[in-house]
Formats: sequence, structure tokens, C-alpha cells
Amino acid sequence: MSTTAAALPKLQEEAYRGAWSWITTVDHKRIGILYGMTAFCFFLIGGLEALIIRTQLAVPEGTVVAPGTYNALFTMHALTMIFLVIMPIGAAFFNYMIPLMVGARDVAFPRLNALSYWVFLVGALFLNVSFLVGQPPDVGWFAYAPLTSKAFSPTHAVDFYIFGLQILGISSMMAGFNFIVTILNMRAPGMTLMRMPVFVWMTLVIQFLVVLAFPIITVGLIFLQFDRFFGTHFYLVEAGGDPLLWQHLFWLFGHPEVYILILPAMGIVSEVLPTFSHKPLFGAPFVIFSGILIGFLGFGVWSHHMFTTGLGPVADAAFSTTTMMIAVPTAVKIFNWIATIWGGRIRLTTAMLYALGFIAMFVIGGLSGVMHASPPVDLQQQDSYFVVAHIHYVLFGGSIMGLFAGTFYWFPKMTGRLLDEKLGKLQFWLQLIGLNVTFFPMHFLGVDGMPRRIYTYYGTDGWNGWNMVATIGSYLIGVSVLIFIHNFFRSLRAGKPAGADPWDGATLEWTIPSPPPVYNFARLPNVTSSRPFWDVKYASPAQKAQMEKAERERGAEHIHIPPPSYWPIVLAMGMAVFFAGWFFNPFVNVAGVLIVLAATFAWVYEPGH
Amino acid sequence: MSTAAVAHAEETSLGQPHLKVGFWTFLGSECLFFGSLIATYMSYRGHSVTGPFPHHGPPTGTGILNIPVTTISTFVLLTSSLAMVLALAACQKGHRGKASFWLCMTALFGLTFLGFQAFEFTEFYHHGLSLTQNLFGCTFFVLTGFHGAHVSVGVLWLISLFVINQREGISPENALKVEIAGLYWHFVDIVWIVIFTLVYLIPD
Repeated sequence: MSTTAAALPKLQEEAYRGAWSWITTVDHKRIGILYGMTAFCFFLIGGLEALIIRTQLAVPEGTVVAPGTYNALFTMHALTMIFLVIMPIGAAFFNYMIPLMVGARDVAFPRLNALSYWVFLVGALFLNVSFLVGQPPDVGWFAYAPLTSKAFSPTHAVDFYIFGLQILGISSMMAGFNFIVTILNMRAPGMTLMRMPVFVWMTLVIQFLVVLAFPIITVGLIFLQFDRFFGTHFYLVEAGGDPLLWQHLFWLFGHPEVYILILPAMGIVSEVLPTFSHKPLFGAPFVIFSGILIGFLGFGVWSHHMFTTGLGPVADAAFSTTTMMIAVPTAVKIFNWIATIWGGRIRLTTAMLYALGFIAMFVIGGLSGVMHASPPVDLQQQDSYFVVAHIHYVLFGGSIMGLFAGTFYWFPKMTGRLLDEKLGKLQFWLQLIGLNVTFFPMHFLGVDGMPRRIYTYYGTDGWNGWNMVATIGSYLIGVSVLIFIHNFFRSLRAGKPAGADPWDGATLEWTIPSPPPVYNFARLPNVTSSRPFWDVKYASPAQKAQMEKAERERGAEHIHIPPPSYWPIVLAMGMAVFFAGWFFNPFVNVAGVLIVLAATFAWVYEPGH
Repeated sequence: MSTAAVAHAEETSLGQPHLKVGFWTFLGSECLFFGSLIATYMSYRGHSVTGPFPHHGPPTGTGILNIPVTTISTFVLLTSSLAMVLALAACQKGHRGKASFWLCMTALFGLTFLGFQAFEFTEFYHHGLSLTQNLFGCTFFVLTGFHGAHVSVGVLWLISLFVINQREGISPENALKVEIAGLYWHFVDIVWIVIFTLVYLIPD
């Protein structure tokens, strides 16, 4: 389907209606919306799980849930928030914004992109279907051996974990290849690597982390599956196996995963702060290289999760050093962000408040993180609520706040309407207070010896007060999310029209209408610096005349829009059938493989792609 | 379509087609996949509590690995890489018949390697080395099994290319299809060189 720009608006109206058009879509913007909406649903589910946990812990000897249910709740809360919320909301922004920010008409492989989404959905359903059959994963998101062995976990709970994560890993890796190619290979004319927006850079680093870290957990999960299904001994001590092998494989994936979760927020903040300070990002190359350095170092710190396993002084010292080193590039970024605000014309919009909140909360989480880098300190804090406080400051105070900043910043671009600022600010302050009331007391609880992952405690333990405070805080967060939902639907219907460029943005996505047309850019932009739109808006009259002249001289462009395809969802279904086979019988596996093969051949031969 | 593909490739920022850049990234990912499998094999070397052992061990004194036979199968697999290179060269020059011949040869060499592997697995099983026998069995079968699965996918891929070339021909502008399959094939070969060296050649 090829056509010129003038004929396109009509095409958009015809082919873009109804549920079928969403199922077969290969448009990066629609896939981004699908990712975002799905992830937000899981955010509510994961949040509900958190509220049940906090309700159970509000008073000593709580009886809201049974111990077994509690185990499932904290496991599923973590899995949901990591794999079904923070990663896919990040993916929603990558999908929607990356092609717009690099000046491309779509991602490099549009059908593969759709496949990533459908496979993600299959994996998410796989994990959560476990609730319906009454066997949700209950071994922690880290699923340490030998608790996961058939002897100690005889039900399907661990199997749901294995296959859920395997499927989600496939989805993430496919998206990773796609975005690496999109970013490296589809930049608009003139957009050199160092002219790319920092959000694009951080996305590139994340995708490299994804494609290099996920194969490791894939192997770890394959071993676990073989142990459970075929009787191998990878993690079984009695045959000479070593349960620590799982910990190494898991954290060799798990620590880069931490940066996969935080770097999207760092990228978003690096876009939001300059826009609302009306200044270029201070020392942008340093922010970029720090992000790359974090990516590299992220692969060399995994054993700090394992100090208590007794790796010996040499290993402890080495991993302690690398862990402390990673604080340096992180701090560089913090200073650059602060220097960006310094002396700027600051507009305190909700997006800006969230970006500032991100910096403050992430610093708190970062400081408690550096403490864990010291093995003797870590030995005291391991498995205590201190660690729970730390991860929630970096993941909620960090990642989620950053993602909310992105939501308020880019919602107008995606919908053409602004989110309500008054409700937004109310939500922000309630959330900021709520998260500090919830998670700060956990530092005290942890230092006072309260272990994590216990379903209750005695009134005589001395933990009553802070637990009650934390529970109240968690309800405040819940209210703030309700306000967001209200704001979201109200603004979708009746928000203020945004126009193409509501924030006076500097990057390419603001040069096109909101919401953008199917083809994004009628003409691919010509990029002359890292702030292409400011160059245009703040050009001198002479520069403007020159640009207009150059624009007139460019001929019409050939635009190729790939037609919709249903093969991605068929292929994803094939994978679902294959993985479901492990619960039924091998013929179902074979059927799944056949569907995948057939869909692959049909995919290759589909015309128009 | 074909000329459009070439024009498209020239427009990319790196000057390389998307598919090629993406496939190199995929191979990077595969390095970590096989790296984890191989690292596990290496860290579990000599940890089996019962036999049979790979090289030499307490009960029998001799190892189960048949190095001469595997040397032959290794030679076959490495030769297949040569055939792959010739297939791509023929395709790029537009020699359709030659391309078909070498694609077919590459697939045949791959199949021969898989035959050797099937023979080896059966032999081991008869000598008492099953998947669940000991740690050596677990790590060996899973590592070489996943490599064998990769070879099988490659064979399927090559046969598909062979059929396409026979039915409609692969023009020089479309040689990228063959080149990508070649990248995959050579990668799987290189992984085997590492496995052969670490598992077979270096004694405990």
C-alpha cells in the first residue's frame, strides 16, 4: 500500500475502525496504546495485591489472608509490577514515541512489533490464569532453588512462573531487536547519534540490556523446567547440583533488569526537565555516557544480591566495588538534572512535579542502595523491610513517578487533549505523601529486625505503630491512582485541546499534529541539532527564510504504510498453545509448534511487507 | 519489491538493511544463551557423583566421549560452512543452479551432523548415560541438544531457501535472504567449535 502524503488522511479513516483493526494493527502508535492500556489494568491488579498485603499487615496477627495466600500475593505483586506494569508501560512509550522522536514513520519491523505485544499479552494471561486454577506462583519473584523443586512445590504454581516468564522474555527480546534497529537505522536525515534525544538513548541502552540479559534467565528457566518435568538435577544437591547456580543465573539477569526498569524513567525525566526549564539538558553527552556506563556496569554487580550466601571475601570485595562504582554515573545524572533546572524558566506542571519528585525519591532509594553495596551492612539488612523500603523508593518513587511524568507529558500528543492539571497536581502530592508515609517507616521496621515476606507478626515485636502508618500510606497511594483514573477518562472526553505543541517542546514529536497521523511525518524532518524543533521555532528571520526555501525545493515523498496483518496474533496463539501443552500433553506442544511454523511461513510470504 | 528493498537499504542510517542489523543483534543475544549453557557445563565439570564420565573417571577408567567419531561430525559441520559461503556467492552472482546445489549441500551436511548426533545420543544411552543419570548427562544433553535444535532449524531454513530458489529463483538483489541464513549457519558452527573444544578436547 503505497501512496503520497495528500491521499493519506482518507486512508486513515477507512482502515482504522473497529476491533478487528486493533487486532490486526501494525501501527506503532496503536501498539503503544495497547501496551499502555493493558499494563495499566495490571497496575490496578498489582496495586490491589499490594493493598491486601498492607491490610493484612496493618495490625499484628492479622487474619485477612491465610499464610499461603500471602506468599502468592507478594510473589504475584512483584511479578506483576515488574513484568506486567513497569516494563510494558516503558514499552508503551518506546512504541509510541521512539519513531516520532527519531523522525521515522514506524518501527523497523512493524509486524514483529505487533507480535511482541500479543506475546506479552499471552505471557501476562499465563501468569494470572494461575489464580483461576488456584495455583498462583508463591515462591517469590526470585524463585530460589530448591524451593522450586518438585519435592517442595508439587503443584503447577512454579510451572506458571516458568512459562509466564519464558513467554514474557520472548516478547521483550523481540521488541529489543526491533527497537535497536529502529533507533540505529531509522533516524531522520541529519540525526546523528549524539543528536538523538536522551530518552531515545536510554531506550537504546535498555534494549541492549534486554537482549543480553533475558537469554540468561531463559537458560535458568529451561534448567528449572527440565528439573521439574524431566528429572534432571541442575539445582538438586543430592546429585551434586548447586542451588546457587539458579541464583547466579537469576541475578545475572535480575540486576540488568533493575536498570531495564529505571532507565525509561531516567530517559523521560531527561526530556521533561529541559522542556519545563526551557533550557537544554545540562551536559547531555555526560548523561548519555552515564546511561551507557550504567548499562555496562549493570552486568558486573549481580552477586551483591548474594552476599549472604558466603561467596568468600574476594568475590564480596569485587562485587562491592563494582556496586559502589555504579553510584558514580547515577550521581552524574542527578547533578546534570539539577543543573538543568538551575536558572531555568521553570513551569511547575504536573509532569515537571513528577520529574522533580522522581529525582528526590530516587536519591533516597539510591542512598539506601549504596548501603547494600557494603557486605557487612548488607548482611544485616538482607531479607529485612529495609530492602523493601529501598526497592520501593527506586521502583515506585523512581520508575513509577518517572512513568507518570511521561504520561502527563505525552498524553496530549497521544490523544490531542491535556490531562487536567489541577487533578494531576492533587494526584501528585497525594502520591508523594502517600509513598513516603508507606515506605519510609519500612526503613525503621527493617533496622528494627522485621523480616520481609512474613504474613504476620506478634503485637509484642514492637512493630505495630509503623506498620499501621505504612498501611495508611498505601491507601493514600490508592486514592491518588483513583484520581488519575478519573482524570484520564474525563480528559479523554473533555480535556482542553492540546494542539501540536502544548509544552513548547524541543524534539521532533511536537512538530506533528496531536494525535499524529498514521504516517507520522508527511515529510521526513531534517535534523540540524539535538533540539530540532527549538531550532525552527527560535530561528532568526534569515534562518527561517533559508529553511522555507529548502523545504520548497524538496519533492514529494513516497510513503509506504504496511497493511494490517493477523499473522502476529496467530503466531502468538501458536506460542500460547505450545506452552499450554506442558500442562496437558505433548500433542498440544506439537500442535503449537505446527501453528508457529505455519504462521511463520505465511508471515514471510505475506504481500506488502 | 526487490528494487524497493535495495533502495530502502540505502536509505538506512547505518547503510545496512534493517534485517541484517537486527539479525546481528539476535546473534548477540544467542551468544548469551549459549554462553549460559556452556558456563553451566563448565562449572559442573567433574561434579557428577555417579558415572558414566566424559573423559576418565573412577569406575571404568575410560570416558564415554568418542572423540574420533565426533571429530568426523565436526569436520562435516565445518565443511557445511564452506558450502554455505559458496551458496551465497552463487546467489549473489545470479547462478541459480549453483546456488541450489550448494544450498542443498549445506543442508545435507547439516543433516549428516544431526545423524551423527542422533547416533552419539543413542550410543550414550546404551552405555547408561541418560538425561537424568548424572550432572554430566544433564549438562551435556541440554547443551548439545539445544545446539542440535539450532542446527535443525537451520536445516529447515536452508531447505526452504532451496525450494524457493527452485520454484521462483532468488535474484542477486534478494541474496540478503541467503546471507542472513548464512550468518545464522556460521554462528551455529562457531558455537559448535567452542562446544567441541571445551566438552570433547579438553580433558577434566
